[in-house]
This record gives sequence, C-alpha cells and structure tokens, in this order.
Amino acid sequence: MSKPFWTGRRRDNLAGYLFVAPQLLGSIVFVFVPLGLVVWYSLHEWNVLADTFDFVGAQNYQALVNDPKLGGVLAATALFSAGLVALNLSLALLLAVLLNQRLRGTIFFRTVFFSPVVVSLVAWTIVWGFLLQDNGGINGLLETAGIDGPNWLRGETTAMVSVVVVQVVKNVGLNMVLFLAALQGVPGNLYEAARVDGATRWRQFRSITVPMISPTILLTSIITVVGSLQVFAQIAVLTQGGPGTSTTVLVYYLYQQAFQFHHFGYGATLSVLLFAIVLVLTVVQWRMRKKWVFHES
Amino acid sequence: MRIRAIALGLTGLLALAACGGTAEEPADTGPVSLRMTVWTSNEAHLKLFNEIAAAYRADHPNVTEIKFDPIPFEGYTTTLTTQIAGGNGPDLAWVLENAAPDFVSSGALVPLEGYDTSDLVPAATKLWQKDGKLYAYPFSTSPFGVFVNSDLMKAAGQPTAAELVAQGKWTWENVIAAASAVNAKTGKAGLVVRDFDYKGWDNLSTIWAGWGAEAWSADGKTCGFAKQPMVDAMTFLHSAIFTSKALPGPGTTADFFANDAGMTITQISRASLLKDGKFGWDLVPLPSGPTGKYAVIGQAGLGALKKGKNAKAAAEFLAYFTNAANSEKLAAYFPPPRKSQLNAATLAKTNPLLKPEQLQQVVVDGISTGVVKPSHSGQAELSQAVRAALDPLWKADANVKSVLDGVCTSIAPLLAK
Repeated sequence: MSKPFWTGRRRDNLAGYLFVAPQLLGSIVFVFVPLGLVVWYSLHEWNVLADTFDFVGAQNYQALVNDPKLGGVLAATALFSAGLVALNLSLALLLAVLLNQRLRGTIFFRTVFFSPVVVSLVAWTIVWGFLLQDNGGINGLLETAGIDGPNWLRGETTAMVSVVVVQVVKNVGLNMVLFLAALQGVPGNLYEAARVDGATRWRQFRSITVPMISPTILLTSIITVVGSLQVFAQIAVLTQGGPGTSTTVLVYYLYQQAFQFHHFGYGATLSVLLFAIVLVLTVVQWRMRKKWVFHES
Repeated sequence: MRIRAIALGLTGLLALAACGGTAEEPADTGPVSLRMTVWTSNEAHLKLFNEIAAAYRADHPNVTEIKFDPIPFEGYTTTLTTQIAGGNGPDLAWVLENAAPDFVSSGALVPLEGYDTSDLVPAATKLWQKDGKLYAYPFSTSPFGVFVNSDLMKAAGQPTAAELVAQGKWTWENVIAAASAVNAKTGKAGLVVRDFDYKGWDNLSTIWAGWGAEAWSADGKTCGFAKQPMVDAMTFLHSAIFTSKALPGPGTTADFFANDAGMTITQISRASLLKDGKFGWDLVPLPSGPTGKYAVIGQAGLGALKKGKNAKAAAEFLAYFTNAANSEKLAAYFPPPRKSQLNAATLAKTNPLLKPEQLQQVVVDGISTGVVKPSHSGQAELSQAVRAALDPLWKADANVKSVLDGVCTSIAPLLAK
C-alpha cells in the first residue's frame, strides 16, 4: 500500500503556508508589485495627458545624473534629516531620562509629550502654519518678551529650522516612550555598584545607561532616519519647498516632478533613488551596530 | 491642501483598483454614465449644473447618470492628472487657463464642433484652439476687477473708488496711496491681490499689465521678467509692499471678504461671497497704469477627454451644456464667451449683486480688451521655477533688477523647450 499524500509533515507544512499566506499576499500586492512597477515606470517616458508610455531605457537615470537641481535637493534632504535625527534623538533621550525620575507629575508630562504623536499630521501642520506666520502666535509670544521674531517660513534658514522643529515636536514622544521603556529595563543594581565605586551621574549615564539602552538607540535612529527621508506633508503644507528651493527635500521634489510637472517616469526614477538611499543608510546603520550596540538578545 | 488633493487622487486609484475588475465597457449606444470634474463646490452652481443635466437626460434615456465631481481648486490640475494617470479620468473636465496649453496641445481632448464661431469672442477662444479647431469651450471668461470696502476707505478719509473713477484718477499711484492710508489709519490690510500670497505669482499679471509688462512673449519663447516694463512694475510693487505697506507683507494673511482689507483684486465671480456682506462695497475696473487702461481675464475651459470610455457621448453633452440657451443660464456665475450675450442687460438678469455699470465696465469691456493670465506649455514646472526665483524679491532689501534677471536665467531653459 502506497503512502498517503497527506503525511503529517505535509499537513504541518500546509498549515504553515496558510498561516503566512495573508501576510505574504499583502506584501506581494502592496509592496513587491508596486516596487517592481516603480522600477518599470522609471525606464519609461510616461505622458499622462497625451496617453503615451514609451520605453526610454536608462534615459531617466541619465537625466538624474545631469539634473542641475538634484544637488540642492539632496543637500536640503541631508540637512533636514541630520537636523531632525540629532534634535529628535537627543530631545527624546533627555525627556525620557527626566521623566524616568520618581517625581510628581511625570505621568502628566509623559502624556503631554506623547499626545502630538496621535494628532493628525496635516491638522498639526496647518495649525503650526498659522503659528509661524509673520503675525502669528510664535512671534506674538516673542513680542511680549520684547523680541522681534523673524518671518519664520519666508527665510531660507528659519524655514528649514521651522519644518524640523514642527516635525520633532510632533514625533519626539514616540522615541521618548521607547527610551523610557529601555531605561526602565536597566537593572538598578548596576547603578548601585557604580555609586559604590564613586561614579558621577554623568559617568553612570555614559558607562551604564547608554550601553544598556544602545539597542533602542539603534532602533530609534533607524526609524527616525527612514522617517525623516520620507517627510512630505509638513513641506507641502508649510513651505511648498520654498523659499527658493531651500526646503525642497527629495520626496517633495519627486512629488513635484511626477504629479505637478507630469514627469511620471522621472518621478519613478527619483523614488528608485530614494529607495536606494534608504536601503544604504539602513544597511550601514545595521552594520555599525556591531561596533557600538552593547548587546542583542 | 495639496495633500488632500493627492489623497483624493490616491483614494480614486484605490477605488479603481477595488472595482476595476467588475466595470463593464458600455458600447456607444448602451447606458452611459458621465462624470465632469469641476472646482466649484458652490451649491447654487451645482444646482444649476444638475438642472441642465436633468433636462439633457430627459431627452437622452441612454445617459443614466451625469455626475459633477468637485475637486478643491488648489491642486485641481494635479488631482485631475493623477486621476487620468490612474486610469480613472473623468469624461469631461474643467481646465484652468494655465493648464490650457498642456491639455490642448497634448491631444488629451476631443475637438469640439457645432459652435457658431462668429458669435464667440476671439480673445476668449484663442487659448483653446489648435490648428483651427476648438478643443475646449471657454465657458467662463472672468475679468479681474477691484472690490473696494467703502466703509474702510471712508474710515481712512479716502475718496470713494467711484469718485476716483469718475474723476479719471483711478490710477495705480492713487490706489496704492489709498491702500497705504487704510493700513495706517485702520490697521487693516490695504490692498490684497487675492490668491497671490507670495506664491501664486501669475495673479500679479493684474498689476504688471498696467506697465505693459508680460511674463514671456506671445510666442512663449522670450522671458519678459528682466525687461524694463516688468522691472518698473515690480519696483513699484516692491515699494508698495515694503515702503508704503499698502499690501500685507509675506506671511501675513488678510481676507477682503471677511472685512480684513480695504481693497482686493479678484474675479467678479467672487461677488457671491458678498451676498450677506457686513460692509459697503463697490466693484471697479483695474486701475490704469503708466501705459493706460487695461484688463486681465482668467479663464476656464470645458473639454471632453479623449481617453474617457464615452468620449462621444461626453462631447455631445458638452455641446448641450454650453449651447446658447444654457450659456445664458451659466452666465449667472460664469461670463460667457458669446458676443450675443456679452452685454450688461443679459448679465444683469442673472447677476443681481452687480450694477449695470459695474458689469459694463468690468465684465463687458474687460473681456473684449483683456489679456489672459500667463500660460505656457509645461506651465506647472515653469510656474514653480518662477515662484522659487521670485522668492528673494519678497524681502525689504531686495535688489529688484537682479532678482528678475535671476528669474529669466532660471526659466530660459524651460521656455526654450
């Protein structure tokens, strides 16, 4: 008698495949297919109005290399990301350390700093747009302190600072919560031992806290870097890439090229570039973890 | 707002993806459902459109539905092209004058037939023609005028706009002086160029046309920003903003229709915002500039998209929607391009808010003599380049000439395309 087809092993395998099927299907339909399509579009000149879709090979990539605006766009993107990551991580860590103390009101302040995370991004940005106007709330506050505030969104430097700060205040709570959780996982006896050895608070922070929470620092820095490269709504609402092109970051430039200028093929090429940049940065951060991330479980 | 536009577009794409499999391709004779994208969500406008559509459907039983689909004005063209890119384009679409060259030249629209071209004002149809064919019907040809808040002018001790017009003193020089006085005496904004907000620079053509300046030459090849008329006009404007404070500075918003400003430059269709106005107002033509009297018009065309499933049925409905009888109804909100209807008497029937002399001076005279706001193929990219290059001008210490030279350097490659 031949062996039945449905052996226990095959049954287990089928069950396993069925369990991963929904996730796999979702990934294929919503991640891999669009990703492949973007690469496919980037090899074409697609004129929506004239309804033409012509294969142009590497022409869009040639245009990318020769694009006189791309340098400025990448510089603005780098500036935004660097500013955001530095400010966001240091502020989140500072807040987490402060709110990790056994003091009155910490729950209240944790809620205050976390609440912007759950606010709708566009609503948040529009309100900030009003506050940052020349005759808006921020300058009104500064005026009561006798300071003549700048026209935030109309100066090249202040516009960049504004979009960075608006984004940091929006999202710092999320990293703060992650840091808080990590801080609470650091065993208290390590600090006790350090105190016995006569270590200062700063020394304890540097030699115990930072190494112990380094996996969380890695995690937050990766999600913050990736998130910062994908910033769009704040730019679209607050500055539309201006003044000049000072806040035209890569995603906004991509949006302009594809949806406003109708260069869908070139827009797709820019998103391939964005994908490559995000991938490289993530891989680099992941590789570097061996150098500075204390432990992994 | 752009976010909302793109979100709408994406939702459209998703909706299409969701139901794309089940939609059947109707034959030309089968049941037809039409969709027209518009940028008005004004209830009175939509009510009129639906009445016209209902009358049409009564005679055309195969047309089961005619839907008017409002898309926010800001980002309208972007949303429209996104829908087209997603294979979810409308059958008919309003097209803004600045997108006209792209839509007309690309072959996206079906050529229109059956209009009595001798009745159409040439200035109104120029933008919408190619090789002698009309590709979109300019259903709205709306001149820019100056709305004046008479109460604020009085409070600032200024003569009324009507007096200035009557005395032949309605000049840019005097308008800026009055606006400056309104700002100084009442603390409200003097003059607001509506929808400019230091970004929508094409609205400034309502000012610089008075100096005989133009963004680019009529053939679209030569940049006009660095030429003397433009330098003079922009020098005047810069001083009006930063020295006389006659216009609110960058980053400051003021809404005329909320009683925040003495005067505003906008199209007459905005008069509807004054229906229950809380202040006295007047509508007068644009002031005369150094080169004399002039008028500027904004336009909207209505086209049938070739790519639509029911292009033929769409073109037929378009012809009905804009025929002489319906054109007269639409004239209530949208000044028609037909000579036979462009008179104060016809317009007055449907524009109760405006006086006959206002209609004659601003609308009838404006359309026959007006220049259309700047438009060019590849307008979006050009517009963005000009916006970015003009940004340095909106500072108190700007060097007008060198900024304008910079605009020409920046857009020269785009004009040459």
